[in-house]
Order: sequence, then C-alpha cells, then structure tokens
Amino acid sequence: MDVLSEAVVWLNDPLNWSGRQGVLALTRTHLEVSAVAVVLALLVALPTGLWLGHRGRGATVGVVVANTTRALPTLALLTLLAATGWFGSTATALACAVFAVPPILANAVTGVGGVDPDARDAARGLGMSGVRVLWSVEVPLAVPLIAAGIRTGAVQVLATVPLAALVGGTSLGTIVVSGFATQRYGKALAGGILVAGLCLLVEGLLALLERAVTPAGLRHRARGADGHAPSRGPHPRRPVALGARRGSNESAQSP
Amino acid sequence: MPSGPVLAAAANPWFSWDYLERNGADVLRYTQQHASLTVQAVLIALVVALPLAALAHVRPRLAGPVLASTGVLYTIPSLALFAILAPVTGIRRTTVLIGLVVYALLVLVRNVLVGLQGVDPAVLDAARGMGYGRLRLLLGVELPQAVPAIVAGLRLATVSTVALVTVGVVIGYGGLGQLMFRGFRSDYHAEIMTATVVCLLLALVADLALALLGRVLTPWRRSSRTPDVAPGTPQEAPWTS
Repeated sequence: MDVLSEAVVWLNDPLNWSGRQGVLALTRTHLEVSAVAVVLALLVALPTGLWLGHRGRGATVGVVVANTTRALPTLALLTLLAATGWFGSTATALACAVFAVPPILANAVTGVGGVDPDARDAARGLGMSGVRVLWSVEVPLAVPLIAAGIRTGAVQVLATVPLAALVGGTSLGTIVVSGFATQRYGKALAGGILVAGLCLLVEGLLALLERAVTPAGLRHRARGADGHAPSRGPHPRRPVALGARRGSNESAQSP
Repeated sequence: MPSGPVLAAAANPWFSWDYLERNGADVLRYTQQHASLTVQAVLIALVVALPLAALAHVRPRLAGPVLASTGVLYTIPSLALFAILAPVTGIRRTTVLIGLVVYALLVLVRNVLVGLQGVDPAVLDAARGMGYGRLRLLLGVELPQAVPAIVAGLRLATVSTVALVTVGVVIGYGGLGQLMFRGFRSDYHAEIMTATVVCLLLALVADLALALLGRVLTPWRRSSRTPDVAPGTPQEAPWTS
C-alpha cells in the first residue's frame, strides 16, 4: 500500500521528530495544552458538581449542561474564538476545557448524589455537619465515579486538542491537518496514528491511576460503572427492588 | 487576520440577515449535506448496533469484549480516525460517513445493551412462565422494554453526530463545518455564526423529534400506573426491519 509505506517513511525520518515542528515538540505542546484545559475544567466542574450532588438537586442541571455542550461542535467554538482574535494555546485550552466540563460535572453530581442514603443518614446521626458529610462520607464513596469522569474528560480534551490545528493551533493534529492540506496522505496517516496512539496511551495510564485512587472496597463497583458511560444505566447485575424507580432516592430518603 | 481586507474590517457583524439572504442557497446546501450525513450515519449505526447488542446480551460472555473494543475505538479522536480512514476509502463522502457510523455505533451499542440488561427481572420471569422462548423473549419483551434506553441512545448519538460532522471538513465533506471553516478563512463573522446557529438548531430539532418518537413508541409509560407492558403488541420499532 502506497500511502502506508509513505507514512512509515515519514515516521522513520528523524528530521520529522526533532525541531520546533517535530513530533516531540508537538507532543509536548499537545500535552501541555491538554493539561491546562483539564485543570481549568476541574476548577469549574468539580466544586460545582460536588455541591450540586450534595444538595441533591443538580441531576437535571448536569444533564442539561452535558447535552447542550454536546450539540455545540468543537469546530464552531474554535473558529468562533479564533475569529474573535483568540489564537494559540490559551484559546485552544479554553475551548477544550468547555468540552471537559460536562463529563466531570455529571459524574461528580451523580456520584455524590447517588451515595446510599443510609450512609448519609448514619453520618448525620453521628452529628456530622453538611460539609463534613460531603467530605468524609459522600466524596470517598463517589471517588470511583468522579475519577471515571475526570478520565473521560481528560481523554476528551486530548482528542479535541488536535482539532485546533484547523484554526492554526499547534499540536499533534498539525501533522494531520497539514498532511491533508498538502495532499500528502501518508503524513496525515502518520499524524493520525500518533494522535490515536497518544490518546490510547494516556487513556491506559489514567485507567491505571483511576484504579489506584479507588478504595479497594469500591473496586467492584467501579468495574460495573465502566469508564465511559457515566452513571446512566442501572447496575446490571444488582437486582433492583420491585417498583423502585432507578436512580432515585426519594422513596428511601424519608424514613 | 491582520491581512484581512479593510472592507471586511469596516463592518463584520456576527449576525447578518444580509448574509443569509445572499448566501441562502449555500447555507441550505450545506445544511442538507449535514442532515443527510447525520441521518444516514445514525440509521446505519442503529441497524448494526441492534443485533450486536442483542448478541452481547444473549451471550453475556461476548459483552465484555464488545464493550471493551467499542471503548478503545471511541478513544481514537475523530481527526485521527479520518486520517487513518482516508487512505483506505479515499477522499470521499463515504469516508466521513464511515467515521460517523463508528462513533454513533459505540454510543448505541452501549445504550441498547444497558437497556436490555435493565429489564425488570420480574417481567422476564412472567414472560418465561408464559412459555416465551429466548428469541420471542428478546423481540417481544426485552426489546420493547428497552425502547426508552434505545431512544435515549439515539438522541445522544444523533446530537453528537450533528456536532461531529463538522470535523469532516478535513476531507471536504463537513456539512456546516465547511461554512464555518470558509468563514474562518475569509474572516467572515456572519458566516461562522450562521453555520453555528444552524448546527445547534439542527441538533435541537433532531433531539426533539426523537424525544417525541420515544413518547409515541412507549405509550405504556405515559400512564402513571406501574409499568406493565402488553407483551402481545410488538413495539419493536419501525427501524429494526
């Protein structure tokens, strides 16, 4: 295959790896921009999500936010920012952070909101204040879902950053876009492989990290919750009480 | 953009009726491309996802691998996927369509499977007690019961596909993304904004239509009584056939 060998040749050329537009430098920029975006998203989404989940009212807000941002194309946001004169890494990080907020927010809300009401009641009965309940009962129990949300958000950012190359941002996506623009599809393919590889690598690392931060007693639940699809479905293997509506605590809350 | 013409800098509003009047044909053409790509991708994905999820449901040992592989595929960014697909399938509309189908497929398989697994065990027991075989159970009870989850998956897949089509711009078939990119290139604010708004409207309309479809398909959910299904009426959705 012609394009494939072209891609292999491109990847094997040391000149393509070094220098300002080399793979190594681009990877570094890619990771830096992603990190900034994830931190920005965390700063916004985590406190909001924990608070909304604690109050027990945020579920709808989370869903609405998630659905609205899902409908907004990344390209639209990037071109809008770029056309306003916002170029470069800061704008890219900002745009990508917008898309990392929903998974983190939604998972924090459902994670904290879905904590067994009995555990919450017990903590209340022990005389814990609201903040203390949140911090020492709800958050630890919600860690698997929160971690899954952060992982999803981070991988999403990593996957969104390359698109910024279309409006002049630098990242590994630059290789793909310039490959397409100059009709050197081998180069585009090489860039695609690099981007995909980076994402898969980081996803794997984050999965390990997620496992490490999940308390041992909660691990089986984290398995069931399964990374990507945050929270929506019921746990398939756990029998559901007859007549109980999924995911609502209402019937159980008042004794 | 400093190199942009002075004329454009003079008046470059974000919203311009004038733009829409002059370029209505263009906007319409790209909207049609956008909509047709979305509809095709979601329909194809649904046709593939239903049997796949049913298989994973009936043979639980396959559920792990199916979900894991969909997860891995989902991690690959759209731009990279298009770059990898393009040499194989060429710079054509089909390439964009394949990419869109892949992403929609993953969302759908996951949701259909969750829906099938979430069926009330008591309902299943009742159906089994009535002598339902595996296939009839699947088609007559589990699938109709999973319709809400399937519709939720369809809405999710459709809305994200509408947004994703724009990435097809690298291949030249990006629907409204084409307009956004053109507007960016020529520093035409109204063009970018119009394309964005139309894109959002498209997602909104599709979402509402599917939500309505979900209501029509699940009449038993509207009554506030306990959700019991009439298993005789096969609600298994017009799209399956």
